[in-house]
Parts: sequence; C-alpha cells; structure tokens
Amino acid sequence: MTPAAIEPVELTMDSAPPRRQGRVKRLLIVLAPPLVTLGVFIGIAYLVSYVILSPDRRWLLPPPHDVVKNGLLNRQHLHDQLSALWDTAQVSLAGLAIAFVIGAAVALAMSQAKWVERSLYPYAVIVQVTPILAIVPLIATWFGYDFTARVVVCVLIAVFPIITNTLHGLLTVDTQLHDLFKLHGAGRIKRMLKLQIPHAIPDVFVGLRVSAGLSVIGAIVGEFFFRQGTPGLGRLLDLYRAYLQTDLMMSTLLFCCALGIASFLAVGLIGRQLTKHWYEEDNR
Amino acid sequence: MSVDAPVGDRGAGSVAGLDEVLAFRSAGKVFADGTEAVRDVSFSLRQGEFLAIVGPSGCGKSTLLRMASGLSPLTSGMVDRSVRNVGFVFQDATLLPWRTVQRNVELLAELDGLKRSQREALAAEAIRLVGLQGFEKHYPKALSGGMRMRASVARALTTKPPLFLLDEPFGALDEITRGALNEELIRLYVSQGFAAIFVTHSISEAVYLSSRVLVMTPRPGRIVAEVAVPFGYPRSPELRFDPRFSSIAGEVSQALRQGYE
Repeated sequence: MTPAAIEPVELTMDSAPPRRQGRVKRLLIVLAPPLVTLGVFIGIAYLVSYVILSPDRRWLLPPPHDVVKNGLLNRQHLHDQLSALWDTAQVSLAGLAIAFVIGAAVALAMSQAKWVERSLYPYAVIVQVTPILAIVPLIATWFGYDFTARVVVCVLIAVFPIITNTLHGLLTVDTQLHDLFKLHGAGRIKRMLKLQIPHAIPDVFVGLRVSAGLSVIGAIVGEFFFRQGTPGLGRLLDLYRAYLQTDLMMSTLLFCCALGIASFLAVGLIGRQLTKHWYEEDNR
Repeated sequence: MSVDAPVGDRGAGSVAGLDEVLAFRSAGKVFADGTEAVRDVSFSLRQGEFLAIVGPSGCGKSTLLRMASGLSPLTSGMVDRSVRNVGFVFQDATLLPWRTVQRNVELLAELDGLKRSQREALAAEAIRLVGLQGFEKHYPKALSGGMRMRASVARALTTKPPLFLLDEPFGALDEITRGALNEELIRLYVSQGFAAIFVTHSISEAVYLSSRVLVMTPRPGRIVAEVAVPFGYPRSPELRFDPRFSSIAGEVSQALRQGYE
C-alpha cells in the first residue's frame, strides 16, 4: 500500500477549482429554464402563425423559421443588418464613453462640495425624467441627424446612472479611513485620488452596466425618430416597417437585443476583472 | 472639518509634566447639533504607559480618542500632546480592499512621502511583528477578521508611533481571536514600548491589557473612577483567573454601575 500523500492545506479561499461535473450541472441549471421558456415562446409563435392567423394575414406574425431564413440567411438582408449593427454599435459606444466622462466629472465635482451637488443634481434629474423623444426634435435642429446628434441622444439617456452611482461611491468611504488619511496629512486631492476614486470603482461599474443598455436604446430610438442619415438598426427597423417586412423587423430586433446584451456583458466583465480581488464572492 | 485642532503639538518633551506624552485638561466637546459628548475630562498619560478607558456604548470614548489625535477639535479645555506621531487603530480594520496586505501596510509611509525602498522595509518589519508573513500578496477579502485586524495594527506600526490610540479594535472579533490578539498586543507593547490608550467596553480586556483603567459615564462622558492594575508585564492569559484580577474587574464593574446612577 502506498502511503497517502498529504494534501497541502489551503489557508485562503481563492483556490480549489470547481469540479467539472459540478460545473456542467451548474451551467445546466442556469441555462435550462430560459431555454425551455424560449421553446414555449417559439411554439406559441408557430401556433399563432399557422393556426390562428389565416394565410393572407400570416405576415403579421411570420413563423420563426421565416425570420431566420429571410433575415439571417439571406446574404443581402444579413449584410444590411450587420452594417446597421456596426453603425449603431459605434454610436452607442461613443455615447457611453462620453456619458462616462461627463458623468464621472459631474460626480467628482458634486462630491467636493454640497453646494455643487445642490446646484447640479436637480438638472441631472430633469435630464433623466424628460422623455428622450420630446428632446429629439430639438437635437435634430441643433445637431442634424447623423453621428453627432445620435451620440447626443445616447449621452442624455445614459449619463444619469453614471452620475448617481459614481457619486454614491465617492461619498460612502468610511469616515475612519478619511480620518486615517487626514492624520497623515492627506488633503482633498490626495484623498480623492488614493481613497475616494478607487473606492467608487465598483459603483461606477454598476452605473456603467445600466448605462450600457440605455446607450444602445438611445442610439436605436434616436435614429428611429430622426428618420434620416446612415441606416443604423433604428433606421432599418423604420424602413422594414414601411414595407411591412415583419420577418426582417424581427431579425433586426434580434440584432438590437444582441447589441444591448453584448454591451451589458462587456461592461460587467471589465468591472469584474478590475474588482475581482476586492470582495467576498457570493456563496454559490 | 479641519485637521488643525487646538491640540498643543509642541514637539517632544515640552509638556508640563515630566515624560508625559498626552494630557487632557478639563477637555470637553459639544457637537454642532448641541449634543454634549464629553464633559470636563482630565487625565494624563506617561511615556510607555498602557491606559484603558471603559464605558458604555455612546459615552464619547471614540470622541475622546479623536480629540487626543487632533481629529476632533475641542470646545472647552485643552489637550496637550508632546508627540506628533500617533498610531490610530479603528474599530474596523479599515483596509483598502483594492490593495494587497503589503500595499495596505505601506499606506501610511506612502502618505508620509517615504521612498519605496523605505516603505517596503518598514512594512516588512511590521508584517513580521504581527505574524502575517506569507500573506503579503493576499487581498483583505482572503483574510479572516483577526488577520485583517493584524494587518491594520501592522499598518499603524510602520510609523513607529510613540503613542497608540486603539478604538475598540477587537470588538467585532470572536472571543477566541480576541484573546489571541490581546496577547499579541501585550507582546508588541512590551517589545516596542509605546504608550497606548485602549478604548473598550470589555472590562476583562481593559484590566488584562492596561496598568490603569479609566471608567466613563454614559453621555455626556465623564471620568468617574480610576482603577490601578498593579500587574507587571509581560502578562500571561492565566492572569485572568487570578483572584486579584477578579477583584479589580469587580471594582471597575462597580464604578461603571455607579456611573449610570
């Protein structure tokens, strides 16, 4: 009999790779329910398309395989949608980046003095609660209807969550830590750079995750209502609507969703990578 | 809030009493909202003396330490401090979650503007003193509560302060870890020879650690009793079972109860 090897005892928690079997099982637990739901919805779509709608009205809800065939497998249509996706992705990404810069700057200014916060916060709220569609005509008048105007819509819709979450992160630093820094002569700037900004990073990403989705919405809604300029996903939706091409509208919708989800996941991933050492992992 | 509190910071050795590091003279504090936190507190602390302050929650113990460090300006009386450098250990470990243990312990030296090589040397020594070798590259989240507190103490040790202010540092820990850290603190106290004010609401902790216990009343905090603890250092954990230990603890307990009346 060979002597059993003594396993090294791990003192910390950041080890122990999950066993593969457990991983597959977990993946299944996560993926199975939404997939079943998807199946049910596809079934309902077929039911409505073939049973409830008469053939001459079937275009109202085309069967899912038509959406795939005409929208995703047709070279020309796929090309139109992919180039529209690229256009919209650029707009929403630029909008998110600018919203981040403006939002973070406003939050930093607010964190420095209560009067700055009091002066700016009501207007941030107003920007947030004003329906974006109500501002679109004005934006079109000022900025036209192409890239710049679309980005402005994205910024307006995406900036608020970044402001509030960043501000929350900057202001919730433990007073004991402020005390410690003060005891060692750290003034406002030093505390901001070495204490408040790093402390706010997880909150910044909470805001960014919300804003990433909002920025995509802004890009699509903006061009949908501008009705002019290079065709992004919103313009394309409007065009297909004009020709009553519901199957293509639906496939374009899929691209809209994909862009929103990708944007949300990408920001989440970056945030998790940056802060993965900071906090206890959730108990699985 | 300003850092410049009316604390007499006159450079070493200029306080009235011989070898006093800190003296409260009728010090009082009323907050802006009118709450009176501390009233007419007078006591002094000699070099290398370990003083414990016991009182119920909300009696102004923490405020007292903030007054001693200069973080909280007084509204009456005086605080004389003959040493500039103060080591503050808080209720929570207050480590920065985005820094490793090593970088957390280096923090104060970094704020004081020391060079990298000096910082690293100071941190290495402090980490060794609290027994955290091997955990330098760990992030705080990977440490237990007790180990986080050790890192916090190490951080304060890097500046080699002649005066330590400890604000219920082990209050959030379990009894066993707390006992272990009390012994560690005694060991550090004996080897480093700093003066310390240790604020706690545990009578046995106060008696075990200190050579003098001040008893405070509920808000506004006043000192109602001073109990001497005549045991020498170093102290062993068995001391807690000594009958003399119990009688001193009883004395403190009685003074605490009187404070309520």
